[in-house]
Amino acid sequence: MTSVAESPTVAGEACTDDYLSGGWSIRSWLLTVDHKRIAWLYAVSITVFFFFGSAAALLIRLELITPAGDLFSAEEYNRLFSLHGIVMVWFFLIPSIPATLGNFLIPLMVGARDMAFPKLNLLSWYIYSLGGLFTLAAVIAGGVDTGWTFYTPYSTLFSNSAVLAAAVGIFIVGFSSILTGLNFVVTVHTMRAPGLTWMRLPLFVWANYATALIMILATPVLATLLLLVGLERGLGIGIFDPALGGDPLLFQHLFWFYSHPAVYIMILPAMGVISEIISCFSRNPVFGYTGMVISIMAITLFGFVVWGHHMFVSGQSMYAGILFSFFSFLVAVPSAIKTLNWTATLFRGRISFTAPMIYALSFLELFTVGGLTGIFLAALALDVHVHDSYFVTAHFHYIMVGGAVTAYMGGLHFWWPKLTGRMFSRAWASTAAVALLIGLNLTFYPQFLLGYAGMPRRYHSYPDDFAILHVLSSLGAGVLAIGYLLPLIYLSWSLRRGEPAPPNPWDARGLEWQTMSPPPVHNFKETPVVTGGPYEYRE
Amino acid sequence: MSPGGPMNTESNIPDPTPPADHFDDIEQQQHAGLLGMWVFLLTEVLLFGGLLAAFVICRLRYADAFAGAAEHLDLVLAAVNTALLFTSGLTMVLAELAAGARRRGPTIWWLLATAALGTAFLVLKGVEWYGEYKEQLMPVLGLPFVYPGEEPQLAELFFNLYFVATGLHAAHMLIGLGVLAVMLVLVRGWRRPDRLDRQLRIAGLYWAFIDVVWIFIFTCFYLLRA
Repeated sequence: MTSVAESPTVAGEACTDDYLSGGWSIRSWLLTVDHKRIAWLYAVSITVFFFFGSAAALLIRLELITPAGDLFSAEEYNRLFSLHGIVMVWFFLIPSIPATLGNFLIPLMVGARDMAFPKLNLLSWYIYSLGGLFTLAAVIAGGVDTGWTFYTPYSTLFSNSAVLAAAVGIFIVGFSSILTGLNFVVTVHTMRAPGLTWMRLPLFVWANYATALIMILATPVLATLLLLVGLERGLGIGIFDPALGGDPLLFQHLFWFYSHPAVYIMILPAMGVISEIISCFSRNPVFGYTGMVISIMAITLFGFVVWGHHMFVSGQSMYAGILFSFFSFLVAVPSAIKTLNWTATLFRGRISFTAPMIYALSFLELFTVGGLTGIFLAALALDVHVHDSYFVTAHFHYIMVGGAVTAYMGGLHFWWPKLTGRMFSRAWASTAAVALLIGLNLTFYPQFLLGYAGMPRRYHSYPDDFAILHVLSSLGAGVLAIGYLLPLIYLSWSLRRGEPAPPNPWDARGLEWQTMSPPPVHNFKETPVVTGGPYEYRE
Repeated sequence: MSPGGPMNTESNIPDPTPPADHFDDIEQQQHAGLLGMWVFLLTEVLLFGGLLAAFVICRLRYADAFAGAAEHLDLVLAAVNTALLFTSGLTMVLAELAAGARRRGPTIWWLLATAALGTAFLVLKGVEWYGEYKEQLMPVLGLPFVYPGEEPQLAELFFNLYFVATGLHAAHMLIGLGVLAVMLVLVRGWRRPDRLDRQLRIAGLYWAFIDVVWIFIFTCFYLLRA
């Protein structure tokens, strides 16, 4: 953005009326309607859930160090990976970037004083917390053993675990993402600053807007589905019961109608973050901005018609399989356009390897591996061989952890000075970023080999031949843990001891950098007037 | 609707409401409010959409059994209910028009009429459910399901879907009646009529949606019979 009515204030006077100066009482946080404080509420909550889900993952990897199922029984193992999946998908990945960075940055990036519905924004966090409590109750009641997918008729008729409590928890948390999505859509449509046309929006805003659309359109179907599962289990109203002619395959169709678009809820915001970081640290405008926007919207659209690729071997019609396979190949096209455009953005740039940039470049590697193996899985014949194997596990962990979580970490570092008004230790941050890259590849690359060799998902024991690869994978999980624990330490430390951040430490062009760090309560002293695009790095 | 200008009023001077802190002007706020409700209704469409899609798939697969089971629903009661609900849609629009013309009395009366018609709908729906309970066609909570026709299992599936769909709709009716009650209290107080006007239009959108969903439920479950 070239021209903004307000000139950046110097760091020294930044602490007069910034959004954190309003006090630190419990009340000032729990009753706030400031989008920036709500972003922090979310950030703390999802971090708690992240370490919760990571602990489960660590236990899984511990069990898998030896071929024998010695640490946990098969039932306990089922509960562990179900807990890991449920917590990571609904309580970390879905809200991760949108509810924290999105909540904080979207009003700043569109030059607004807040979200369109500030109270609804706070309500969405309370709904999230309530859903979290139910899930916690499910864990205390002994956990769930259905996997995060709740396939019927196992979940409705046979499972002896706390399915109902978990389903209620996820049903509830779904409404928090619906409200977040609703707020984003209305904010982007109605609250843009003068001069900020659609094609001048940062790609981060576009990505979150597209994510919001998916949240609005897909989540209600999950709500219906969980309602049906809950009614069937709780009140005996059979909808998917085969004895009544109910169809378990119908459940899978409805489930993946939500849950496939849900993976785009996780990856699209990550793509938005990466665009901002790569452009800033290569001092180049994003290559092919229009193509990037079209790709985001194309992924959103195609994302809704590929769900059947989760059901190639479930007994759906072969013709449906062919169509779903075709669309799954098609969705790779806009994803590839984005990846190539990021690479082209780097071309002849002045690249600086700051911590956010290391995360972003890691994202490129991890997303490329995850994306290309996705094409393997979209092929009907090959999928018959590798479905439900560690190949699939490796593929989606490359995208979800390698892609979404890496981008979240990158975004957190990139905007940390804006979020907190403090700089973090650059040396430690770079170390953590490199540890994450090594840990991710070491954990999940062996899983491709395992899956291709025939190791199925969700087993707590395995033949001795797989031992070396499993040990490597568990070793990687240890490195990964370091990559996640380090930032927790030095970022917390920087909150008190970090040097104060100037308004624009990276010399970035986005509107959010044109106000102080941390921003004032109403974001801008006066509404900014936008006269240019978001990536004018080359004058 | 211009926010400040005096309208053709019958009462005191309308006081223009300032927009909330984070909006630039009242038009932006009104646009955001209406768009918010439209987006919310979009989610509602998909909430019911998943359920109705499930029904349609079963209906296609078990065409004869489902058409037979539909015979056991009370078409007359449901038709009367449809008429009541549509009329309530009309009275709601009239309430909005009255509020737009800044006329407090008619606004209250049309809102009351809407609430009364909505309540009548729910009462009739309850009567219908009670009838199905008496005929042992309510397979909920382990109640016995005694079906005189052929293929009782498929009929049970039909009635399961029926109770979920009509139950979900009734839950939305209750929420709608709650919204009407709040609006009635606000309109009775008649502070900031221009704001009430905006709120009523948003509430009216929700009420209209409940009507529209009922058309689909009525068609799918009642009209597609043998």
